[in-house]
Amino acid sequence: MSTTGPDMSGRTRDDLVSRPWRGAKRHYDLFKELTIGILVVGLLTLGLSALLSSPDDTTVTLRQWSRSAPADFIATATAELGGTSDSAQYGPPYNSTPDATQTLGPIDLQSLSGVRIPIDTANDFVIEPLKTLPVPPAAIRVWTAASDAQRTAWTTDYTAALAAAPDNDPSRVKKGAYGPVPALTHALLLMAGNGALDNVIQAPGQFYNMDYTRGILFLGDGAYFPGLAQAQHLTGDQWGVMNETGNYPGQSWLWLFSFWYQIEPFSSAPNADLLVVFVMLVLSVALMLVPFIPGVRSLPKWIPLHRLIWRDYYRKK
Amino acid sequence: MSLGGPAPAEPEPAVSEDDEKSSTWTGAARRWLLRRLPPDKLLPDDQPSYVASWIYVFGMATIAALVFILISGLVLSLNGPQWYHVSELGHFVNSVHLWGVELFFMFMVVHLWGKFWMAAWRGGRTLTWITGVLSFLVSIVTAFTGYLLQTNFDAQWIAFEAKDALNATGIGAWFNVANLGQIFMWHITLLPLAVAAVVALHVVLVRMHGVVPPLDAADSDSQLTSTDAAPSESNGERS
Repeated sequence: MSTTGPDMSGRTRDDLVSRPWRGAKRHYDLFKELTIGILVVGLLTLGLSALLSSPDDTTVTLRQWSRSAPADFIATATAELGGTSDSAQYGPPYNSTPDATQTLGPIDLQSLSGVRIPIDTANDFVIEPLKTLPVPPAAIRVWTAASDAQRTAWTTDYTAALAAAPDNDPSRVKKGAYGPVPALTHALLLMAGNGALDNVIQAPGQFYNMDYTRGILFLGDGAYFPGLAQAQHLTGDQWGVMNETGNYPGQSWLWLFSFWYQIEPFSSAPNADLLVVFVMLVLSVALMLVPFIPGVRSLPKWIPLHRLIWRDYYRKK
Repeated sequence: MSLGGPAPAEPEPAVSEDDEKSSTWTGAARRWLLRRLPPDKLLPDDQPSYVASWIYVFGMATIAALVFILISGLVLSLNGPQWYHVSELGHFVNSVHLWGVELFFMFMVVHLWGKFWMAAWRGGRTLTWITGVLSFLVSIVTAFTGYLLQTNFDAQWIAFEAKDALNATGIGAWFNVANLGQIFMWHITLLPLAVAAVVALHVVLVRMHGVVPPLDAADSDSQLTSTDAAPSESNGERS
């Protein structure tokens, strides 16, 4: 409490700030103001909706991906088989890749859940979907029978060969010992191109599905989906999720959250997500506790915008 | 009590007297509530003279926007998450939902800044400030789940992008942004209830404590001492 000015804390005292107001009153009609408010805001909302509509860019499908960027699709499917994709090496909650979690000193919240949404990219994204085909490719048997080391050798070599091929075109890959990998990835490409993979990948053998984790992760492992997002200024280094497709304001209230990802040390930190969430948590709690923070709570006294708000009162003071 | 035979019914004691004497929990709760929030404080028809600025409109405007969000959201949810892709009316209702949210946040942020520069937490109004900030934060989470529920490209990308922050904190294992069933439940049930509850508590607290007086107000101000500033019954202390 200051002795030279108003008490800027939130505490209750026996003063005019804490007591019910005993001074001059003005007429006020709560319900009338609410009604007028609803009318005006309603007109604004309906007017903006009629004038500016809302964005609704159609979903990207695995079918679309496989047809628009087959080389990227094949490369991604190979990475899923070889366990080298982002999803395959993600760590909890999808799998238990060692040292994959984001930590802050000894704090490792990501590991607490364990593998709660298990994802085995080779089986869930490639092998199991292919098994649902009327005639599953014979390459599945070869893959299943092989050792882990053999599988790794096949996928590593095929990945290198794809990268070396002109335009990464799978049809122009040099001959080599890639085992069943080309057959599997091509079968998956065909399956996706026919539109059969989109539903199957989410929940093989199920009629209902409300969980799109697998499809989203598979899409994100490629370059096609992030490329579409980049063109729509939606990637993390473009202020990410606060943006919206098209020229719409999006979640502009997330600006501070997105802001940290744009600057050092956050932008290059391997644990950027954890750091940013931590900073935002601290700032949110701080905002909530402003009445208890000396200095911050006195800002309105030092920067007297209240003189503008209450100018009528002060004039008649 | 009469001992047999019809007797003229004794007049019921007045409710107010009963109120004072009642030792039930319910009676005590009613007395406490009426003391803290008498009807003319809950639904006032006057305000202190200093409540005279456009800045005071934004709290009410936020609630008005919330009304349109809730109505349009109800129509959207009753028709299912895919409806608005194929129906012209659905698309319009979706637009109302979107612009309602944009206005809601715009009004709310202006309201928040206004209350900050008025230091509106003074005089025992700390909880009012805290519930206000809380409703801002819960609204952000609610809006985020709405963006995930769009079932379009934007929703796909936001799910992909946002999973990392949630997974890094361990929340993603239970709050899976790519699980539409989960997000649907959060967005149309739990979070709207949370927003409504926090906003309702915030409004009740505002009514309970009244609007914060000016920073430099003093007991010697003419508006507290002049003859036309007689104490009003409606805002007087009650016990």
